[in-house]
Amino acid sequence: MSILEVRNLTKKFGGLIANQDVSMTVEKNSITAVIGPNGAGKTTFFNMITGVYQPTSGAILLENEKINGLKPHEVSKKGISRTFQNIRLFNEMSVIENVLVGMHTHLKAGLIGILFNLPAIRREEKSSEKKAYQLLEYVGLAHLLNEKACNLSYGAQRRLEIARALAAQPKVILLDEPAAGMNPKETNDLTQLVKRMRHEFNLTVILIEHDMKLVMEISEYIIVLDHGEKIAEGKPENIRNNPKVIEAYLGSGAVHVG
Amino acid sequence: MKSLWNKYKQNKLAQGIFLLIYIGITSLSLFMAQRSVTAFLLLLSSLLLLYFTNFKNLTKWLIAGIVLVFLLPFTASNGDAFQSYMEVATLVGIYISMALGLNIVVGMAGLLDLGFVAFFAVGAYTYGIFSTAQAANFMPFGTFPLSGESFWIFILIGCFVAALFGILLGIPVLRVKGDYLAIVTLGFGEIIRIIFNNLDRPINITNGAMGIPSVTPPRLFGVDFLFPSQFYYIVLVILLFTIFTVRRFEHSKIGRSWKAVRENEIAAQSMGVPLVRTKLMAFAIGASFSGMMGVVFAAKQAFVDPTSFTLLESITILVMVLLGGMGSVPGVVLGAAVMTILNLQVLTEVSNWLNQLSLSGVLSIPDALSPAKMQRLIFGLLLILFALYRPKGLLPAKNRVYDENVLKEGSIDPDLGFTPEQTQNENLDTKEV
Repeated sequence: MSILEVRNLTKKFGGLIANQDVSMTVEKNSITAVIGPNGAGKTTFFNMITGVYQPTSGAILLENEKINGLKPHEVSKKGISRTFQNIRLFNEMSVIENVLVGMHTHLKAGLIGILFNLPAIRREEKSSEKKAYQLLEYVGLAHLLNEKACNLSYGAQRRLEIARALAAQPKVILLDEPAAGMNPKETNDLTQLVKRMRHEFNLTVILIEHDMKLVMEISEYIIVLDHGEKIAEGKPENIRNNPKVIEAYLGSGAVHVG
Repeated sequence: MKSLWNKYKQNKLAQGIFLLIYIGITSLSLFMAQRSVTAFLLLLSSLLLLYFTNFKNLTKWLIAGIVLVFLLPFTASNGDAFQSYMEVATLVGIYISMALGLNIVVGMAGLLDLGFVAFFAVGAYTYGIFSTAQAANFMPFGTFPLSGESFWIFILIGCFVAALFGILLGIPVLRVKGDYLAIVTLGFGEIIRIIFNNLDRPINITNGAMGIPSVTPPRLFGVDFLFPSQFYYIVLVILLFTIFTVRRFEHSKIGRSWKAVRENEIAAQSMGVPLVRTKLMAFAIGASFSGMMGVVFAAKQAFVDPTSFTLLESITILVMVLLGGMGSVPGVVLGAAVMTILNLQVLTEVSNWLNQLSLSGVLSIPDALSPAKMQRLIFGLLLILFALYRPKGLLPAKNRVYDENVLKEGSIDPDLGFTPEQTQNENLDTKEV
């Protein structure tokens, strides 16, 4: 059963075509990778799905409901959560507060409730704090809960972004280069984390990644973009040997050599 | 020496004794002295001392309450300078409240607002117009001036009108960011002032540059509020309300979303924080405190005119926030108190002292160099010094510290805020990290 469907998505920035006619169908509970050389339009593609950019044409359907045209916070409410290529944490806030912000849409507290500190709001707050703590335990950052987010190491910041995205209780999670800047051990831990959370949180994962070892290991389906267009899609083993993909990565002529 | 200091820092009893002696001496000297600004300021600074003790929050509030409600007015009442002390204390309260409001906009939500005094003006004029015969010029019904009893309702009305103006300002302004936002808000502040200045024609609403004289004093149970010593208590109550409200918001969903917007707009949006709504809420709530204090200010001065609401006022409030520490509630309280006292007391006192010196022929200082006239220079220097050596302010903002042990135990209420289909709670308990 497909959960997310993208139809003929095109994005133009003036004369520059960032994405041209990209379509994809993502199965529920699957891990899909979007790969391609730098500048292929992968992040633009993510930004359109999450509402940061509006597509020039095309449609995005989440569970058969059109979500393009919605604002980012509305998309988040529909159940799509994401992490960022260039880490975007709330730097001056503590680690646990970062996760609590992720729960924003699920907290019912309103102006009056907060002003009068109603019992229901207090309970909700306590409950969400515990939940945030559990999410931090899940990604292995529980001991750093009161640390400022900007003081975390690079790998820890990446994991915190994942915890924050999970806090929004998404149906689909988009990970934009989650392993960038990580050492092999951290990458391995991350691979395990992504595999595990897919089952435990009942998630559909879409990720952009340059680390081919990681991509081949965890993804069930791969979409390859180059110059804004989809040049190939399929199972990892098919993509690995696809001449078009090799050409996009290594240049023409590489097919014959390798 | 250092170990002694460390011991002191841990010992509540020592702190309590020291605080008691300090309050005792300063209040006694304030009581004995006929006119001693120093004693007055020292007694006020006992609150700062109190802030740094290890007492429980409730104890701190109780002690602060005793000092502010009983001790300060009582000990100051002995001298002939009683009303001038109370005037200073009242203004300190008004400015703290405004600075706390601006702190929400600038410190928490990160929206630089250079026209904040406009909301204060809105509050002041709201009460000023309706508590004098001014309103009869344009209101088709009702008798004006309204009685002094209406003042208490007008505190609320001032709050709502200012919040409304906050939203009205916010809607067009929030399309711009950073420096542009600062300029637009600056323009808004000036526009409001100029409108009040010119709204005496075609219908005389604000009485223009002449201002609105003889604003009806507040009245409660037949007692008119005329003196600063009476307004002091009104201000104290509103200030208390402001501080509690700000603290509530700070550690709530709304406060977190303000900070998230300040830290990273795109990430905040992607986490489900609605950008426009959050920013508008910051503007409205920040403005509402200012509006309330505007009403009190109008009643206290018994006179409203546009010159009280200049750009310099907006900048003074901003300096209070920067000096105290952006986003830090205790910091902003301290910053506002320091700035107001510096402005009203210290500079004037030093000027007087220098004047006396030059009169007695010891020194000769030209009138143009009197410290009271160098307010802007001194504010400017302070800002530069703080930007260089303490960019986070006197008491920098701190994040709330969560207790790991509390978070570990206990279960999550399943029907609060989380969708029922979720299965992760059970999974979380069994996973290994």
